[in-house]
This record gives sequence, structure tokens and C-alpha cells, in this order.
Amino acid sequence: MFGRDEKVSAIRLTAAQYVILGIFLMLAYGLWRLQVMQSDFYSLAAEKNRIRNVPVLAPRGKILDREGRTIVDNYPSFSALMMRDSSRDLNGDADLIAQGLHLDPNEVRARIRRFALMPQYQPIFLKEDITPDELQFIEAHRNELPELDTIMSHRRLYPRNGFMAHLIGYVGEVSEDMLNMPQFELYNAGDVVGISGVERQYNTMLMGTNGSRQALVDSHGREVGRLGETEAIPGKQLRLTVDIDLQIAAEEALAGKNGAIVAMDPRTGEILAMVSGPTFDPNDFAVHVSRDQWNKLVTDPDKPLLNKAIQAQLAPGSTFKIIMSVAGWQEGIAQTLHVNCTGGAEFYGRRFGCWVKGGHGEVTLEKAIYQSCDVFFYTLAEKLGIDRIAKYATELGLGQKTGIDLPNEVSGVMPSEEWKIRNFKQKWFAGETISVGIGQGAVAITPVQLLRAISAISMGGRMVVPHVINPTDMPPGYVEAQHYTEVKNVPIDPNGWNFITDAMSRVLLPEGTAPSAHIPGIDIAGKTGSAQIVSLATRARFKNSEDLAQNGWFVGFTPRRNPDIVVCVLFQGGEHGKLAARLATQVIKAYVDKQRRVPQKMVEKPKGDGTVDIGGLWTDPDSDGDKQTLQGGRFVLDLPKKPLALATAAPGIQE
Amino acid sequence: MSRYVSYRDFDWILLAFVLVICGMGVMEIHSATMHTKFAGAHVRQIYWVGAGVGAMFMMSLINYQALLDQIHWFYFAAVGALMAVLVFGQKYLGARRWIKMPGGNHFQPSEWVKLILILAVAKYFAEMRQRELSWADFMKAGAIVGIPMLMVLAQPDLGTALTYVPIAVMGVFLGGLQWRQGMLVALAAAIGIGAVFYVPKVHVLKSYQKQRLTSFIDPELDPQGSGYQVEQSKIAVGSGGLWGGKGSQTHGAFLPVPQTDFIFAAFSEEHGFVGALGILLLYFIVLMRLTQNAQTAPDRAGTFVVMGVVAVLSFHILVNVGMVVGFMPVTGIPLPLMSYGGSSVLFMFLALGMVMNVRMRRFVN
Repeated sequence: MFGRDEKVSAIRLTAAQYVILGIFLMLAYGLWRLQVMQSDFYSLAAEKNRIRNVPVLAPRGKILDREGRTIVDNYPSFSALMMRDSSRDLNGDADLIAQGLHLDPNEVRARIRRFALMPQYQPIFLKEDITPDELQFIEAHRNELPELDTIMSHRRLYPRNGFMAHLIGYVGEVSEDMLNMPQFELYNAGDVVGISGVERQYNTMLMGTNGSRQALVDSHGREVGRLGETEAIPGKQLRLTVDIDLQIAAEEALAGKNGAIVAMDPRTGEILAMVSGPTFDPNDFAVHVSRDQWNKLVTDPDKPLLNKAIQAQLAPGSTFKIIMSVAGWQEGIAQTLHVNCTGGAEFYGRRFGCWVKGGHGEVTLEKAIYQSCDVFFYTLAEKLGIDRIAKYATELGLGQKTGIDLPNEVSGVMPSEEWKIRNFKQKWFAGETISVGIGQGAVAITPVQLLRAISAISMGGRMVVPHVINPTDMPPGYVEAQHYTEVKNVPIDPNGWNFITDAMSRVLLPEGTAPSAHIPGIDIAGKTGSAQIVSLATRARFKNSEDLAQNGWFVGFTPRRNPDIVVCVLFQGGEHGKLAARLATQVIKAYVDKQRRVPQKMVEKPKGDGTVDIGGLWTDPDSDGDKQTLQGGRFVLDLPKKPLALATAAPGIQE
Repeated sequence: MSRYVSYRDFDWILLAFVLVICGMGVMEIHSATMHTKFAGAHVRQIYWVGAGVGAMFMMSLINYQALLDQIHWFYFAAVGALMAVLVFGQKYLGARRWIKMPGGNHFQPSEWVKLILILAVAKYFAEMRQRELSWADFMKAGAIVGIPMLMVLAQPDLGTALTYVPIAVMGVFLGGLQWRQGMLVALAAAIGIGAVFYVPKVHVLKSYQKQRLTSFIDPELDPQGSGYQVEQSKIAVGSGGLWGGKGSQTHGAFLPVPQTDFIFAAFSEEHGFVGALGILLLYFIVLMRLTQNAQTAPDRAGTFVVMGVVAVLSFHILVNVGMVVGFMPVTGIPLPLMSYGGSSVLFMFLALGMVMNVRMRRFVN
């Protein structure tokens, strides 16, 4: 028993003091461990927390035409995103946000939910490439909706309505497969690279080098300062050999049709225009292409994604007769050959008809060319034999890639005895040679191959490599560009090619196969062709089915001697070569008019219906390099009232 | 009796140290809330400290022995208030902790119950007649603290409930706990805690509480939850180094609530190991000074009152600083005297007022 005043045990009080001392020593050890022993580790962690490397995207180089006019430019594109910080009730704001950004409120809520478990500093991407009024909405609601923010990036602005789409190509995020290819191995997932066309071919030049910025961020990922910055090196601009004026003429000529038009300077190989139809709008791919849209493009029987100028492999039809003529001349057969055409002839026990049922009568080489007499060339083919035909055709580049600087060129086929044995393990039948004589049978070429071959003949055997850039414009040491200046000389007897090209110049005269394409005052030498897709017998069974219509061809150049432009037209389903010839002469006329300084309809103001504006943003041709500013000048074309085929290929462009 | 009471016996040295700690707290609150929506909190904290000092003087004037004589009424009032919270309390974030008072104020009784418990425990042990603690005494003392503690747990507010434990532990220990009893109780506590965590059918702790308690063991497992807070706190403390650093964790808002629960992390980041150790030293001096006052108390009850305050203060420091350096789970217990917050400051100064009260009457007999 002890009293109320008895003291508490002093030992226990002292023990309590020691316990407290123990606690403090432990806490001091905790501080020592973090602040002295592991200080470096945690300092680094703190740095990592607050410094973020933000890539500074290099703008892609512009693409210009041969006169420096901008074809492809970049535009600032804004994406709307939601910062998940602060005490905002994001779900409560979802309705207003969805309304302002034209989204589905439930979709917005779903996205907020999906991001709930992600780190706070990761913003939610709400919408890419927002419209100006959506951007305006975000700016106007800075106070009410502080969680909304935007980021800017440069996007490609392509000419509209698929103008020049195949040649230019488009860009997209580098795919898994592409990263495995050697040419893309240095890129990272998410990088935007050229997927097709020159965008792909000259990707390394156009792309530039991304920089990076060390940003100081707070725990919400908001930038609160900057440490350092390595600047982005913008991509170099790429000047094409294409002439927009000519390209417009070609686009206009092929508008609404299937096929391809290629124009080239036969002296240098510079491509002046290249169109493939139907086309697609690469702007649709710039942001996000929907699955439906993509499937539609891929499954379209007219193959809008194919650049038919370099990827269509088709029988050249009668245009092949020029190659036959050269072969025959060089072998000394054609110049003395006389054939009496009665509308057909029998070879190897089978009758081969001429396209003129009544026959051409007495035919020599000259008439055979401008009247396109089949019987003459059947006979010539029989005399030459397949291997001699193949020898000259191969020398002129048929059945091989031309080496044009565009991706995915195809080689086509130039048959020979050896080819047949190698591919079919079968002997060549002499009868097959007869069809080859008029560009049918197993011969399959691309428009650009034909263009190059005819160009070489027009230049007396001087064969160039087609290309779309000027090799001397390229940065020093750009090896890829070197071989575009290479020239191959195919030996052709000058009398021979003079005779043949003279005969070709009568094709557009009243006695030729395409008098309707004649343009007074312009001396055009050319050759029409119409190639069967299926045999005439098959075609007779499916009467007038459009799918089985013949392909029209025309290849021609001007002037007849020392030409400076050669044009090849493939008009699929064009039935007869004279229709193709009309398209070609439109392009040639535009070229000649420009040479003769006839006023151009290059830049026009919109003027109501019937005009379709196909340009993008244009800059002053005189300005050069980085000082260019975006200008709103649009360039407008009168197009046929007929709905454009591209409208079906790229929905949404017609408003 | 009051003629023996003199402010010459007021512990001015203790008050000086306490005010230095408060000053450090105000500085750090200023630094941590600069450019945030809490900017200006340090000024309000100064008001609270001023109010606290005033409350402390008032408290020191009321004879603690008179208070102890009436403590059972206070105790019933405390239990009644906690009951009222459970019945009429405002539900906020899944817990009922507040009573809405007329005039729009919110009142959280569980904080003030601590003061009453210190007195109640002191009273109980002061009147105990044996030198050694019997099981019956042990149970009664446990019940005095246990009843309000269970009511606070039911709110649920684990953090505050836990702060009641050291009052009981200190009382029982100074009251004459025997070694055997101590061992048995420790064993029972260990089994109890194990059961709460590892037996799935025992739902004493809410899952978020369990997660808070477990995540500190491996903060990386849950980097965005309470583990994230522990991790960010450790980064803040560690990056402070020996002499302190830029404070990017605090100012970049990586450190959660740097003005309240994590104020010690913010201070350690900006003032380094030297600064943090200095603060610990200040607290240690305060605690030692308090213990000294307990030894010189005029009676057993006075000793128990002062040691109850020591127990609560030590426990807060242990849990808060332990949390900041990654030894303890995130429990939401502020650091007394430094953390921003009116009720925390007022509670601490009222507790100190009781200590002063005891000290000023040390020569009464």
C-alpha cells in the first residue's frame, strides 16, 4: 500500500527516456540512410522525376515542283488532350467537353475510366487534328475546363482530291514490318515516315532529325521550366522534276478515268508529270484512316492505291509495233518487207486477223506504222522469231525495271524461248511469236517502260533513266541519286529511227490511226495501241461488258527530231488508242503552250460551280528555303461535270 | 493554494524550444505552399500558434487536480460525443469523423478525446493502491482507453485510434506493469495484428487501410497509391543529401501534402540531413524536458499527466517521421507543432498547458 503522494518509479521514467532515445536514434538512422548513404540514388530519382526528355519533332521537308512551287507543305495540327490533375470532376465535365469537341460523351467517360489506373502525368488523348472551332472552344474554356490542353505537331498537307497522290505518296507511322527492314532500322516506333511515293523514296532526306528538350515538369507532367534543348534539324526540301502546269494538264486529262499518264524529258529522263487513276486523297491517311475507308481503297477493282505508271503490267498492244519496227530495221528485214493485207493471214495453221477487217492492201513499213497494220507485223514477227524480238525489246528496257526513283516498281515480262522454259518448263511455240508481234500474248510492260523505250528510239538510241528529282540538287554524297544521270546507248541505224519516227508523225494525220487527236501547229510523232485483256472470243461471249473493254495506249513525243517531251498514256477500258492519243496531246499541248509562253491557267480564283480546287497551300515561287510563308492561294481547275472517280475512292472530299 | 502558483515556475525554456519548432514549421509551410493554392497557409499557422499559446496559458491556470476530480464527467462527455459522431456524424470519404456544428463549423471530437484520456488514465493510476499492476487493473485501464478507441475505429479512423494506444501503454508501464504481463500482452497483440492481416474473415481493417499498411513494405508495388507517397517522400528526403537541396520534390508537387503530413520530408529535402537532425534534436530536447517535469511533479497524477503527453508526442513523431523515412506506413498522422492545421496545433498547446499546469504546482506541497 502506498499513498497518493508516492512517486512514480524513477527507474521506469528513466526507462521511458531510453525508449524515446532509442526511437530518435532509429529515426536518425533512417535519415542517415536516405540522406547520406543513398543520397546519390535519391538525387537521381528526383532528377528523373522532374526532368523529362520531350522530343522536338523536326518538320518534314517540303516537296516542290521543278520551278520551286510548293506541292506538299506542313501545317500546324492540334490535338486535344486532357490533363488528369487537380480536383476537377472529369466525369462531370465530360458532357461539355464532348459537346465542344464533337465527341460522344460516353466515349469520353470510357476513356477517363480506361486511364484511371495509368500514372497521373499521362494525359488522355481526346482527339487528333482538331478543327479551328474546336481549338477555339478549348481556348475559350481555359478557366472553366483547365484540364483541357492542346499539343501542336506538324502534319503533312497534301494537295487535295488526290492531285499527284501516287507520285508523292504519303506518310504514316512506321509499321512493325518496316522497322525490320534495313532502310528503316534506325527509326523508332511512332516515328512518322514515308510510306509510299517520293515520301518513301527520299524519306531520309525529307525527314530531318528530331531534337529533344529537357523539360522540368511537376508531378502532373506540366512543364514548369526548361533545362536545355537540342534543336531539331528540319528535313531538306525536295525539288521534283515535275512541272505543276503539266501535271495539272495530265490530271485534267485523266480525270475520272482508269489508267496512267507519264511525261518525260527524253534528253534527261526527268519526269515532267505522272498521274495514275483513279486516285486517293493522301490527306485522309494523314490523321487516321478508318478501316472501312482503307478496305474500300484496297478492294476497289480499279486499284486506286496502285501507281499504274510504274505498277501496271499490261500488254502494250500496237505500241509494241515501234519496237518491232526497230528490231526489223536493225535486222535488215523491215525496210524491204512488203505485205498484202487482206484483213488477216494464216500462220502455223491458225488465222490471225487484222484490226481492219477489210485489210490494208499493199503495206510497207511506213504505212504499217501509221495505219497500224497487224498483218505486216505478224509477218515481221514470223521472220524475226521470238529471240530476236526479245533481244531488241530487252535492249530497249522492256520487261525490266527502269530504275525510276519510286518505290515498288514492277518489271513486267518480255517473253523469250528461254523465259518460257524457265518459267513454264515448256517449249516456245512459234505461233506465240505472231501475237507478240502486235504486242499481245505474254508481253506485259509498264507505262514507264514503254515511255523509256520510245524515248530512246526518238533520241536515236540514247536511253536515259527516268527520275523525279534533279540529281544535282541532292545533298553532296547522296549516292542513290548518282545513277539517274547514267545514259545507255542502244545502237540504232540513224536511217532506221528517222524513218520510223517520220512514220509515227503521220499517226495523227488524216491517214493515221488517231487523226482526231491532231493539234494544228504541233508536230507530234506517236503510236496508238489497243490491247486486249482477254481473247476476242471470250470478249464476244460477254458482250460489251465494260470490265473487258480493251486498254487504249498512246505514246508520243514532240518535236519529231530532238524531242523535248515524250508522253505515254494508258487508258484502261479506253477501247481504242485514239482516245488515249487525245489525252496525250492535251498534255503535249500544255507543254508546248508553256514553251511558247501562251498564257497559262495556273492560278485562278474560284468561280462557282464546275470548279474543283485541287491545290493546297502555295508559296511564292521566287521565295526559297526557310523564309517561305504559308499562303492561302488556292489553285482551281475546271473539271468535267462528270463526277470524279476519286470521289468513290476517297469519300468525304466532296462537300 | 493559488498563491503558490507563479509564472516564475512556468517552463519558459520548454516554451522557447516549442516555439522554435513551430517557427521551423511555419517557415517550411511557407516554402512548401508558395505558388500553390495553399499559399498563405503559414500566416494562418502563425495565428493558430498564437491561439495555441493563449490556450496553453489558460490551461495552465486551471488546477489539474481540480480537473482530475471531475474527469469522469469529461470522460462520459467524450464517449457521448464519439457516440454522437457515429450516429449523427457527417459522412465524408467513407468515414464519419465530424459533427456539423451550428454555424457551419465541423467538429472532430476524436482529437480532443486524447486530452481527456491522458487525464483519465492519470487519474486511474494515481489512485491505484498497489505497487504492482494486477490483471484487473490492467483490464480497467485498457477499457478506459479501449472504449473510445473502438468507437473511433468504427468511424473508421485508424490513425487517430492508434494515437490512443501510447497513452494506455505509458500508463500501464509506469503504473507497474510486470514483466510477465508485458510479455503476454505483447504476444497477444502480435497474434491480434497477425489475425487482422492474414486471416481473411477478420474484417477489422478496411482494405484501403490494409493496403496502406502493407504498401510501405514495398512501395514500388503500388507506385500511384500510398506506396507512391512513401516513395516520393523517400526521394524527397534522400535527395536533400547532407546539406539540403533544391526542393524539386516539394515544389514540383511530387511530394503529397508537403505542408501537413509530409512536412518533415519537405523540410529534410530543403535542409538536408543536418537540418533534419536538428529538428529531431529539438523534439528530443522537448521530450527530455517534459520527462524532467514529470519527475518533479508534485504527485503521482501529475507525473502520469505529463508522461501521457510525452507518450502522445513521441508516438506522433515516431509514426510521422517513421513514415517519412519509409519505416512506417502512411497513417495520416501529422507531425505535432510543425504540420499545418489548427486542431493539431491547438491540441498540442493544450497538452503543453497541462504540463505547465503540473510544473507550476510542483512546490505546492
